[in-house]
Amino acid sequence: RERMSDAGDLSGAEESQEEVMTPAELIAKLEEAWLNEKFSPELLENKSELVECVMEQITHMEENLQRVRKGDVKASVHRMEIDRIRFVLSSYLRSRLQKIERFFPHVLEKEKSRADGDPSFLSPEEFAFAKEYLANTEVYLKNVALKHMPPNLQSIDMLKAVPEPCLDSFVFLRVKESQENILVEPETDEQREYVVDLDEGSQHLMRYRTIAPLVASGAVQLI
Amino acid sequence: MSLLTLRRNFFNVHVITTTKIYRENCLNEAKTEGKSELIPSIKFRHSCLLRNQRCIAAYLYDRLLRIRALRWEYGSVLPTTIRFHMCAEEMEWFNQYKKSLATYMRSIGGEEGLDITQDMKPPKSLYIEVRCLKDHGEFEIDDGTVILLKKNSQHFLPRWKCEQLIRQGVLEHVIS
Repeated sequence: RERMSDAGDLSGAEESQEEVMTPAELIAKLEEAWLNEKFSPELLENKSELVECVMEQITHMEENLQRVRKGDVKASVHRMEIDRIRFVLSSYLRSRLQKIERFFPHVLEKEKSRADGDPSFLSPEEFAFAKEYLANTEVYLKNVALKHMPPNLQSIDMLKAVPEPCLDSFVFLRVKESQENILVEPETDEQREYVVDLDEGSQHLMRYRTIAPLVASGAVQLI
Repeated sequence: MSLLTLRRNFFNVHVITTTKIYRENCLNEAKTEGKSELIPSIKFRHSCLLRNQRCIAAYLYDRLLRIRALRWEYGSVLPTTIRFHMCAEEMEWFNQYKKSLATYMRSIGGEEGLDITQDMKPPKSLYIEVRCLKDHGEFEIDDGTVILLKKNSQHFLPRWKCEQLIRQGVLEHVIS
């Protein structure tokens, strides 16, 4: 579990098993999650703890801002910083919500069929939102059209009707931890599969499907 | 993105045609006992029915996506001109969507939540010059001062307070 600490207060922080992050590290992590979510074609792992920590940080900064004398230049700079962080957080959550709405039957199916130990893709609140979205849409379609149709056509299989995310779309990435022997599947029948090494710091344009597990583990960063 | 009135007429014709085709299929099925030459036409009619169902669903779903976009663009209250184009079920969908979204936003971070329909653009400056396009009455900003938003008046206001009003068309960002 990660915990926040004030910059400059590190000497007072207790030595514990918990990993302590500086505000700068927290925001860096938020930006990484934001970019990954923005550029990934599918919904990524849910990061509720990160969101909570960032919200705490914003509240903390706004409280500090109240104490600063009005008209002080520092106030403007702090205000801008708070706005920037809030923008990144909002944009991150919006990306997630858009993907949940776009792929709602698949997102729900994935969450329902995951094993207990596996990481969750949806926070409990996102799960509730997705279920409500599905129910709402089904009720609408039924009441406007489906109930007027012949008996054998009164339902629609949402999993078939709504397209799945395209995992073969190409993404730009930067390598954070070197990887060796990444298998690249062929795209057409004429091609053959081949193997690449990804060096730390290098940048590539690849099919998302090939590097999806590396995004999840943090070995690569989508850009 | 404009939303046209739900085209009930076109819609009803579609449903009626679908029902007619279905009845024909049923009649044919009754005759098929032992006769296989009617099966292709039954299959053909069934494909037509499925296609009709898909078209109708696609049309309605596209309307829902536009209505969803309205919540993000206009906020919780829709202008009457737009509401006029929506049927009762669509208003119901919109209200439910609004509620779901509000519940979700309130739950963010565990305290008071976060309104993610704000902060749509990265902040460039703290204060912006805005011109008032319509009379909007009094407007209070963070330090307590009250501004009177009268048509054509110009103000230098904090950006985050103006975002919603700019989207609603009450204020206009003046870029000199």
